[in-house]
Amino acid sequence: MYDSAPFFLQFANSIRLMDRDEIAAIAHLARLELGEAELAAFSESLTRILALVGELDRADTAGVAPMAHPLAGLSQGLRPDEVTERNERDRYQGNAPRVEAGLYIVPKVIE
Amino acid sequence: MSWHARTLTELATALRARELTSVELTRLLLKRIEAAQPKLNAFVSVTTEAALAAAAQADRTLAAGSAGPLVGLPIIHKDIFCTDGVRTTCGSRMLDNFVAPYDATVVAKLKAAGMVMLGKSNMDEFAMGSSNETSFYGPVRNPWDARLVPGGSSGGSAAAVAARLGPAATATDTGGSIRQPAALCGVTGLKPTYGRVSRYGMIAFASSLDQGGILATSAEDVALLLGAIAGFDPRDSTSVDRPVPDYAAALGRPVAGLKIGVLKEFFDTGLDPRNARCVRDALAVYERLGAAIREVSLPNIGLSVPAYYVVAPAECSSNLARFDGLRFGYRCKDPRDLTDLYCRSRGEGFGAEVKRRIMTGTYVLSAGYYDAYYLKAQKVRQLIANEFEHAFNEVDVIMGPTTPTPAFELGAKTSDPVTMYLNDIYTIGANLAGLPALSIPCGFVGELPVGLQIIGPHFAEERLLAAAHSYQRETDWHRRIPSGYE
Repeated sequence: MYDSAPFFLQFANSIRLMDRDEIAAIAHLARLELGEAELAAFSESLTRILALVGELDRADTAGVAPMAHPLAGLSQGLRPDEVTERNERDRYQGNAPRVEAGLYIVPKVIE
Repeated sequence: MSWHARTLTELATALRARELTSVELTRLLLKRIEAAQPKLNAFVSVTTEAALAAAAQADRTLAAGSAGPLVGLPIIHKDIFCTDGVRTTCGSRMLDNFVAPYDATVVAKLKAAGMVMLGKSNMDEFAMGSSNETSFYGPVRNPWDARLVPGGSSGGSAAAVAARLGPAATATDTGGSIRQPAALCGVTGLKPTYGRVSRYGMIAFASSLDQGGILATSAEDVALLLGAIAGFDPRDSTSVDRPVPDYAAALGRPVAGLKIGVLKEFFDTGLDPRNARCVRDALAVYERLGAAIREVSLPNIGLSVPAYYVVAPAECSSNLARFDGLRFGYRCKDPRDLTDLYCRSRGEGFGAEVKRRIMTGTYVLSAGYYDAYYLKAQKVRQLIANEFEHAFNEVDVIMGPTTPTPAFELGAKTSDPVTMYLNDIYTIGANLAGLPALSIPCGFVGELPVGLQIIGPHFAEERLLAAAHSYQRETDWHRRIPSGYE
């Protein structure tokens, strides 16, 4: 199999190492429980990804406005604020892990 | 020729002439799906009963003589599209038990047109992957060689169409997820312009990049289906309110005089020389048909992968926040408290690649890093879009390879995510700029198909399809069927 060497990836930038604790902090922000093995694996792969992303520093973006919409000049339309959907709560709650008396059941939040 | 080897267009004619019924066609394909499933794993769900009922209904409509062009024709839906009353998993444990309570607009439109859904195709989890190896339901295999990946994320749709388990399938493309598997499986795939097709009911990955499209065995078939799914949808505020042209009628447009730009950067190092040869041969066919070929350059296109791996994970981390274990989807056992419920439901419900992207997105959007990553990426994205716009002042379409190599082996790129991400190096640019792009088969490396990518300006789908159709009238690569599936 031909080994495809990327034509731009030089990793010229200083590589930012993501350590275990930093990964754990991000995981908590994202509300993801990760095991120790996953924390170690993500330390390595996120370091690699951020090195890839660090290539963006090479671009001269002076005077370039950040893209707001992929179709230039187009903005999203608005519609009248009117009810257009039927109430299908029972149907939607059919997919819920736990429901009682039409309410979604969650662990106690306030003691 | 056997019915399963016919194109959608040919099957439409046969159904109308009553050479076969929709029920016969549906039965025949369901049997092929059943036989191929242990080898390819292309489906998550096969909707046998509903398919036969829809086919019987279609036969009644056909008999009445008032049927529209798509009545009774089979379709496979990528399992990212919500299907009313049918399990919709998005390739994830998170949605393993999710039965969609409504149809995606794409699904509703094809259903209303009388198409018969055969089942839901396997895919990378939440469409995050380029090899179909991230699916909770196991990898899909490439019908040309079962040791190889079909590409991703629409790998199930591409493998199914390539193996002639169905004449066409829906698919989605955020960074190449229609075109890359189309190339690796030897089928025709179109990612339309951003906003051309409604995203309503299409489970969101990166909302500014996601676009639904079609995989089929010919540009003619893609044109037929694009006309049916395109158009404004009040339920998707990013869908564009603009008339839908008659794509099939545009297929006859001649190639003579077409100005084709060949992207210099795409032939730089990294492209397998065997793939490069197939693409150059295809360009020679266009030249023979009277097209004018010239080199164009997009100096910053090499930064499309880095820009994408900021923008797409950022949007994904936000979109996937909805999977919280409360209202639908997976919930962990015996949560201690609400935080534990969130963290364990998400930690157990998502696979490694999805978690990696949520983590990347959370990081680049976190306080203090937003400007350095997200803002910078959106500027680079604009820069790349400007370069495309500039190029399209000079040429009508841009052509080049769809992928750097033919299909690779299962497991070959799973140890390093960045190696996997670089597989989409030629396809991501079109997503960043919102451009339509398609991939058609243009030759083989040994037994493995190679894709030619054609990129156009916004809303130039007619031009892309006409160019692809002209090529397919001159060549028969798109007619090749993998051995064992003839």
